[in-house]
Amino acid sequence: MKPNNWAIKPKKLATKLNKLASKMAVALSSCLLSVVVCAADTIKVGVLHSLSGTMAISETTLKDTVLMMVEAQNKKGGLLGKKLEAVVVDPASNWPLFAEKTRELLTKHQVDVIFGCWTSVSRKSVLPVVEELNGLLFYPVQYEGEESSKNVFYTGAAPNQQAIPAVDYLKQELEVERWVLAGTDYVYPRTTNKILEAYLKASGVSEKDIMINYTPFGHSDWQSIVAEIKKFGGAGKKTAVVSTINGDANVPFYKELGNQGIAAEDIPVVAFSVGEEELSGIDTKPLVGHLAAWNYFQSVESAANADFIKQWKAYIKDDKRVTNDPMEATYIGFNLWAAAVEKAGTTAVDTVAKAMIGMTAPNLTGTTAVMNRNHHLSKPVLIGEIQDDGQFEVVWETEWVVPGDAWSDYLPGSRDIVADWVAPIKCGNFNTKTAKCSGQNY
Amino acid sequence: MTLQKRIMQKQILQNTALWAIVLVLIGYVFCRPVYGEGEAVELPALAQQLAGVKLKELPNLVGQLEVAGKTAVVPLFEALLNGDLYYRKVDRLVVIARLSPAGDYQLRDALLVTPLGRAEKKALKKIRISNRVRSGLRDAIARLTLFSDDPTLRRPAVANLFNRLDDDSVALLQSAAARETDTDILATIERALALHTLLVSPDIPAQLQALDKLDGSLEPVVRNRLAALLESTENTGATRDPAVIRKAAAVLHSIHADIEFYEFLETLFFGLSLGSVLLLVATGLAITFGVMGVINMAHGELIMLGAYTTYVVQLLMPDHIGYSLLVAVPAAFLVSAATGIVIERSVIRFLHGRPLETLLATFGISLLLQQTVRSVFSPLNRQVESPSWLSGSLELNAVFSLTYNRLYILVFALLVFVALLLVLKRTSLGLQVRAVAQNREMAKAMGIRTDWVDALTFGLGSGIAGIAGVALSQLTNVGPNLGQAYIIDSFMVVVFGGVGNLWGTLVGSFSLGIVNKFLEPATGAVLANILVLVFIILFIQKRPRGLFPQRGRAGQS
Repeated sequence: MKPNNWAIKPKKLATKLNKLASKMAVALSSCLLSVVVCAADTIKVGVLHSLSGTMAISETTLKDTVLMMVEAQNKKGGLLGKKLEAVVVDPASNWPLFAEKTRELLTKHQVDVIFGCWTSVSRKSVLPVVEELNGLLFYPVQYEGEESSKNVFYTGAAPNQQAIPAVDYLKQELEVERWVLAGTDYVYPRTTNKILEAYLKASGVSEKDIMINYTPFGHSDWQSIVAEIKKFGGAGKKTAVVSTINGDANVPFYKELGNQGIAAEDIPVVAFSVGEEELSGIDTKPLVGHLAAWNYFQSVESAANADFIKQWKAYIKDDKRVTNDPMEATYIGFNLWAAAVEKAGTTAVDTVAKAMIGMTAPNLTGTTAVMNRNHHLSKPVLIGEIQDDGQFEVVWETEWVVPGDAWSDYLPGSRDIVADWVAPIKCGNFNTKTAKCSGQNY
Repeated sequence: MTLQKRIMQKQILQNTALWAIVLVLIGYVFCRPVYGEGEAVELPALAQQLAGVKLKELPNLVGQLEVAGKTAVVPLFEALLNGDLYYRKVDRLVVIARLSPAGDYQLRDALLVTPLGRAEKKALKKIRISNRVRSGLRDAIARLTLFSDDPTLRRPAVANLFNRLDDDSVALLQSAAARETDTDILATIERALALHTLLVSPDIPAQLQALDKLDGSLEPVVRNRLAALLESTENTGATRDPAVIRKAAAVLHSIHADIEFYEFLETLFFGLSLGSVLLLVATGLAITFGVMGVINMAHGELIMLGAYTTYVVQLLMPDHIGYSLLVAVPAAFLVSAATGIVIERSVIRFLHGRPLETLLATFGISLLLQQTVRSVFSPLNRQVESPSWLSGSLELNAVFSLTYNRLYILVFALLVFVALLLVLKRTSLGLQVRAVAQNREMAKAMGIRTDWVDALTFGLGSGIAGIAGVALSQLTNVGPNLGQAYIIDSFMVVVFGGVGNLWGTLVGSFSLGIVNKFLEPATGAVLANILVLVFIILFIQKRPRGLFPQRGRAGQS
């Protein structure tokens, strides 16, 4: 603290204090008067992405994306005649801190909407807070499903928009008969693999043709696992690896595959966590030909995508930066929210949430994203092969957009459960058999 | 002219025209240039279609090229497979382009492989392929190179055909067998043909003879087909001679026994390799912690600095990636050693004999170093390239191969260990280090500058951590968190092996590596790690001073 700061003349200080007090009084009274919305002169957009710690690598990009969207919206004149104002906080990859920062955004900063979270565990930590304080959260990352909250809109892929189409592709196009489900040992891979295992078994794959393997975070010694995969794949049937391996562990895994002489055309690996951002800055040689399933690739040719890439590169002032799927999900989420606010004529959470349902926005791959009654999006699914420049070549895509399914049809516990936030059901966890809403949204 | 005449004339004309067409056709058939020249006419045109071809049409085009060009298209196919095939944007000419040291691309004709000058990357467009095209290309190349003069080309070709044994490939292999001179390849071809005989021949003695040949063959396809054969007779009661069935079962059994043996060797190698990584990261700590008694939590960050040094060295010499590691090893040693000496002089020497404060202070230093690297190099992982001599594997047979990077690192770890041992045992610095470690006061009385020795010892341990970083940059990601993943492992090894004993570190790291790798197939990677930790905790309860406790006065203090 510099002593200079305190050398304000008493008179100035008094006027400053006065101003501050009157401002607070105005804010306070207006808040007291209108319960629904605080009559501020800006619309506040909360950004809840880690800017430090292990997740900073991925999440900083999304913070920049939201800021870019806010800037662009303000250039168009803002919303409802007001300017947008971004409030950025740093939950520092610390899950409990996510909840605290959400509370700070909703009570102290009184934000109208929050864009944030990456990992499922951070979302689970935020969930009770947004529900308690009736906030609005847009979650832009692919996740394991089995959740639908009144206060959350999920713009990333549910398992049926990423994992299941990827398996269908391997089965139909590459005639895969044996499956290795390899993942990092935490909630997203475990749930996704459970769904995939049930799905594969339902489609007639026998137990002995499925191998499931979990590794710790940041695993780097893949020798024995890759040797096992090689052995498993040498049994005469076409084999593929469905990888939910997370983060840093991917590079040594693909390297080991390459070194042990497993080429992509022998045993292809389809990954759900490897995108353009993860591929930038690594040696892509051992990855070429392996697959990834997403709802967006930077290499997709469409006018909207070309504009978006141009806008992004100009905003970030770096020609080498790439775009990826969670960025598109943020883009769609922001546009849907803006359209819903325009339609509702207010930023009040309940009204906006109601207006969100059925709202459409163009996505970057040339089709239209629709927000469904279960707070999940309808999006196309694309499969891409990794190229040596770190980009993807689309080899397959769904003909139509796929509606996101919050509760998987392949898990015994969630088969009969649907999420529907429109009257008369108005429930994130509605059992169609017993016609009851459990009341618990997650 | 009467009408009749006119009609006749017209008929004659028509006939002549018809004949002319027939003659031209016949002429074309007979006078067509011999095959070799014919391809010269249509092949370049076909190859030209590669420019901007749709991914869906590519497999078809590859098939046409194979038929039209035969062996002439092998370089083109290989370039396509390796991602070296481009077309020029100006004239859409399909070329093979390779990155030259100058940063631009050296172009060659796709078919004649003659040089075509250079071009910037911007002027070229890559012809992209998919996995389906890749496997098609592999098969085509195998068919085309089966009769090549180069045995290194014939070997993979035979292996490829062996895997897809059908009538066509058997015919190809039969004609290849007749002219094969390499005994090794010939034996593989004979095994393939024997397998085919076994599967299709109705002649029982021939089947038995084929089984004789297949005994001990390790190719996965052999055991898969044998297992399928046995299964089909069991389930459907297919008519097979019982003698053949018995023999097939015996052959399969002996193949499995062989494979089990090689799998054991493989796991042993994996264990040794994991052990060598542990040895590398722990050796430095064996000096700073084992000999000096400093609990250095920043040890992992010194490893990370070594890895980043490798990255910087590669940035400085982008054209000589193959040699970059040789330069990086001494550079990393110097960078980490210098950092270590600075840490020792500025912090650790003031905390002498206060292990808890040292622990906290060095932990702070580790965070400081991480954040510095984050600010200087960005939080993203950096790309360290593997030289070509470190990629791929040494294939000893169809089921047993050793990856080169692991093999070299194993050798490297042992070399570093021996070098360190020599420094400690054979140099005056080593003598002084040991003297200070055993009895500081006495060493001081003998005229040894203990301060100076402390700094150099810490520098030596840190420098070795830096060398470990060079090796790790070839195995894992180079990022600010690299060190954290290895700090626990290094302490585990040093404590397990016995603090202050280098041989303990050697035995400790290899035994932990091997135990871990033998547990992993049975328990999975997560549980294997836990079990090893539990084992060490129990072991330390029983023998608190580790495998090889230091004896004598130094051990008591």
